[in-house]
Order: sequence, then structure tokens, then C-alpha cells
Amino acid sequence: MTKLDHLRNRDAVLRMSETEAEERASVVDPDDERMIINMGPQHPSTHGVLRVTMELQGETVLRSKPVIGYLHTGMEKTAEDLTYLQGPTNVTRMDYASPLFTELTFSLAVESLLEVEIPDRATWIRMLMCELNRMSSHLLFLATNGMDLGAVGMMIYGWREREEVLRFFEKVTGLRMNHNYIRPGGVAADLPDGWREDIQSILDVLPERLEQFDVLMTGQPIWRERTQGIGVITTEEALALGATGPILRSTGYAWDLRRSMPYLAYDQVDFDIVVGTYGDTFDRYAIRLNEIRESMRIVEQCIDLMPDGPYRTEDRKVTPPPRARIDESMEALIHHFKIFTEGFKVPPGETYSAVESPRGELGCYLVSDGGPKPQRMHIRAPSFVNLQTLPHMMHGGLLADAIAVISSIDPIMGEVDR
Amino acid sequence: MTEISEQTDNEQGDPEEASIQDNPENPYGCPVTDSHGQTVLHPQHDQYQALIETLKEEGYAVCVDLCGADYMGNDSRTLPSSVSPERFEVIVNLLDVGAARRLRIRVQIPETSPCIPSISDIHPGAEAMEREANDMFGLQFEGHPDPTPILLPDGWEGHPLRKDFSMGRIPVQFKAVEGR
Repeated sequence: MTKLDHLRNRDAVLRMSETEAEERASVVDPDDERMIINMGPQHPSTHGVLRVTMELQGETVLRSKPVIGYLHTGMEKTAEDLTYLQGPTNVTRMDYASPLFTELTFSLAVESLLEVEIPDRATWIRMLMCELNRMSSHLLFLATNGMDLGAVGMMIYGWREREEVLRFFEKVTGLRMNHNYIRPGGVAADLPDGWREDIQSILDVLPERLEQFDVLMTGQPIWRERTQGIGVITTEEALALGATGPILRSTGYAWDLRRSMPYLAYDQVDFDIVVGTYGDTFDRYAIRLNEIRESMRIVEQCIDLMPDGPYRTEDRKVTPPPRARIDESMEALIHHFKIFTEGFKVPPGETYSAVESPRGELGCYLVSDGGPKPQRMHIRAPSFVNLQTLPHMMHGGLLADAIAVISSIDPIMGEVDR
Repeated sequence: MTEISEQTDNEQGDPEEASIQDNPENPYGCPVTDSHGQTVLHPQHDQYQALIETLKEEGYAVCVDLCGADYMGNDSRTLPSSVSPERFEVIVNLLDVGAARRLRIRVQIPETSPCIPSISDIHPGAEAMEREANDMFGLQFEGHPDPTPILLPDGWEGHPLRKDFSMGRIPVQFKAVEGR
């Protein structure tokens, strides 16, 4: 029996129509004591509107099925009606915990079709901001993961630390979330004066706080009891199900796009890939906690190595003329006006770009027909694919552990449903 | 800007007869193009499933992404001459984690019979993606274990990402709650 057959025969996925699930909901089968229950979509631990239909026998979860789509707003359709310049405002709302990554993958795809070169400084600013965003996203995970498992104090601490990072984002981009900062051609604005000191103050305070988290959770017997050996997944299963990010790495497989298929300037910075051993909930927690430390290392290097120069491409096709030119040249004014009303045209073609978001491989498949709006824009959302591992992780476990497992996948429903 | 390069020299005959071993220059038996440095394969409809299986043995073991596309009204598409353009396409992104390389597969799907074999037997991870493509474009994946709507509500009419499904065309449909 191959590994794949094992995955299929284990019968972990509940394949049942909604009508049938409704009929059988909360009715105990007299023969084998199985029953179907619905968890969500309004359950506090499901991180938004995730509903899980589960088949239980006593307290054991047999089969389950994540039911999604409650947040579906047709963002891929909306993208077909927005210019390439407006595109980031749309995609940034998908994964609201790490918006800069979606902006980045979209911008990389547009730049690949345009074949424009991005200045060094823009590349390094993107890397700096994305790593800060990875930290804020993982801090949010620690907060919700802690709360889900009963470490309610963690909820406050995680949000507090995340707020430090968001405060810096607000200073740079004008917004705490949904930044529209990374755009095709570079970034929206240069880093503000004193950015080094601002980041340094975050980097000074965080290591100590992370050690407090270790005391509060990592070393605690209750925490370990609730997470160790729970929701185990193997490397073969994770790969077959397309899972990436911390879920794949928790199985001990060191796959990280930043290292394996480097983009931006990740081949010029030092960092380690954090991997787990057992593929359980604890490993996924520990990976995210330690990835904050690795991101801090990258951010430190970005501070030291940040090159000077323009923060967006000089290519006038994509970038509007500088303010001073508009004052003296009518053509420059027209050019500026056209870029923001009509948008710039992108040559026909199709491309796929991928970045390592805090949740896994975040890709953008983009098709252009030569006009100023995409013909097709598809986001490969890591949470959407990773959710498929849920039935396999929960299979045979206790209902109480289902919460721990859902939390450890760290799904962002805005990205799942798009 | 460079156009997608065409490779038509080794597929002049009947493409239906080309098998994977037939052509020594091209191990996949279907036209290969390069799109912005990314390798794209264009198999025929009936080669698709076997190709995915062959590629899996060659190391492309992760199906990273599967999505549909509607080319209605888009005449700018460049395809190898042996591939006849159809309205729909299924695009599969495969990843070889051992060698860190990617491959993209584009299959043409006619509007008249929007069916294609499911690859969820080969890549279980494609299951949700195929359900999404079914929702959005009405593409039917033959042999799919659970062809139910995933992002759309049960009983939704129409396929939103089709080009003839305009935005704001119909009010949002909600299922009536029975017995309340």
C-alpha cells in the first residue's frame, strides 16, 4: 500500500452533502453511536467564519469536513474590474493578518509581465516590511492560539506586541492594515525619517517578551499536554495535500520558498529555517514562535544593508512623473492623470509568482490581454489549501483537541474564501 | 516585450497520436512553451491525466495550484499552433520540492462540454481547488469524490468568474431558512 492509499483509505474526510448533514445533525445513530455535529460558523475558536461538520463517535472525531465560503465576496472577479495600480487595494484585503505578502505576490506577477526592474532599495524595503509583517502575523497567531487553548492572558500579550509593529506600519504606510504599500513598480513611499530607531525599539523589546511567552506557554506542562502529539501529520501527507508553510515544516521537511526558490534579496541575508520533528500542534506553535526570532534577524540585517536610491522604478510607463515635473510640463501632468485614471497597459501573457507568506506558499496567477486590467487574477491562498489537512489531523482525536488543531493551522478566512 | 515563444516544430502531425515516448526532443509529448522564464506544457485533453501521473513520477509531486480561466473575448492569447484555442482553460501548477523547480500545465476545455478528468486521485490536494474551479467556471471534473459547491452557497445559479456573468447582475441569493 502506497502512502497515498493510506491517505485515502483512512477515511478522514466527510463527503456528505449539506442537506444530508443537516438531516443527520445531532441525531445519534443507534447502531454504531455515530453522530454528525456542526461546529461554527460562529464559534469563537474558529478564527472567523469557519464551520466544521464532524462525525463523532462518543468524543472521538471520525470524519470531518471544513465548510467554507461564508466570507466569499468574489475578490478574483473584482480584480478583473480594477486596474493594475488599483489591484493591491483589493488583494491586500484577502489575508488581513499579513496583507503585505498578498500585495507583494501580486506586484511581482505584474512586474514579471511588464518585465520592469525594481530598484534595490525597493526590494529591500519590501523585504523589511514583509518580515515585520511576518512577525506581526505570528504574534497574532500566538495570541489566538493561546486563547483557544485556555492561556487567555496570551490574547492580551500577543495583541500588545503586534500593535508595536502595526504602529510602525501606520507610520510608513498610513494604515495599520490593508496598506496598499507594495505596488507594481516598487513601494508607495520611502521609509520615514527615524525608521531605524523605530524598528530598533521594537527589536529591543521583543526578545524579552518572547522569553516571557516561553515561560507562559512553551515550558508549561499543561500547554504541552494540550499540544504534544495532537493533530499529527506526516511529510508525505502534507506534500500530497499541497500543504506548505509551518504545517509542512512541522513534519521536519525544510521547505521555505525564501531559501529554496529565493525571491527579493533573501539570498543575501542570513536566517535559519525552523523545522519541527513530529508534525504535531506543538511543533507548529514552536515553529511560529521561533520564526519571529528569525524574522528579527532578517530585519536587523535589512537595517544594516538598506541601500540608498529610488524606492520605485524610474520606468515612466509604471511610475508617474515626479511632482516637480508636473509643475513645469503639461505632458507630465497628462501622463500623471492617465496613469491614475486609465492605468498602464500590461503586455499580453500569463505568469505565476509565489512568495512565502506566514501561512505557506502564496501565489498569484495573472493573465493579461494587453489592457490596463487583468483578464484573470487568481490568488493561490495557502490557508485555503492548508485547510484540507484538517480532517486528517483531527481523525481519531478527541473533540476537545479539534480546537487546538484548527488553531494550529492558523487559517485566515478572508484568504480562504476570497 | 517578448512574446511567449512558440515551439511548433515537433508537433506538426496529428497531436492525438503523439504519445509521451514519441518525441525524443520533447519528453512530454506535448508542446512546451516558455512564459517569462516559467515552463508551460500544453497537453491535449486526453493526455492530461497521464501527463500529470508521469510528471509525478518524475518528481513533480506537489500540486500547488489548480485554477480555471475564461478566455471569452480575449484574442491576445499565444498558443502553440498544434493547440486549438478553446474558451476555458485549466491551469495546474506543479512543484518539485526535491529539485526546487516548477511546471505549469494549461489544458484547453471547450465551452460545449466543459469536462476534464479529475486529478484528485493523483494529487489529493487538488480536491478543494477542483471544487473551486467548478464553482467559478462550471468545469466538471470527472471522477471527483465530492463535487459539491465549496465557496458558493448550495444551489447557486451561474458561475461568477465566467466572463458573461457580469458583476451586480443578480441580487445575492440566500437559502431560505425552513421552519422558522
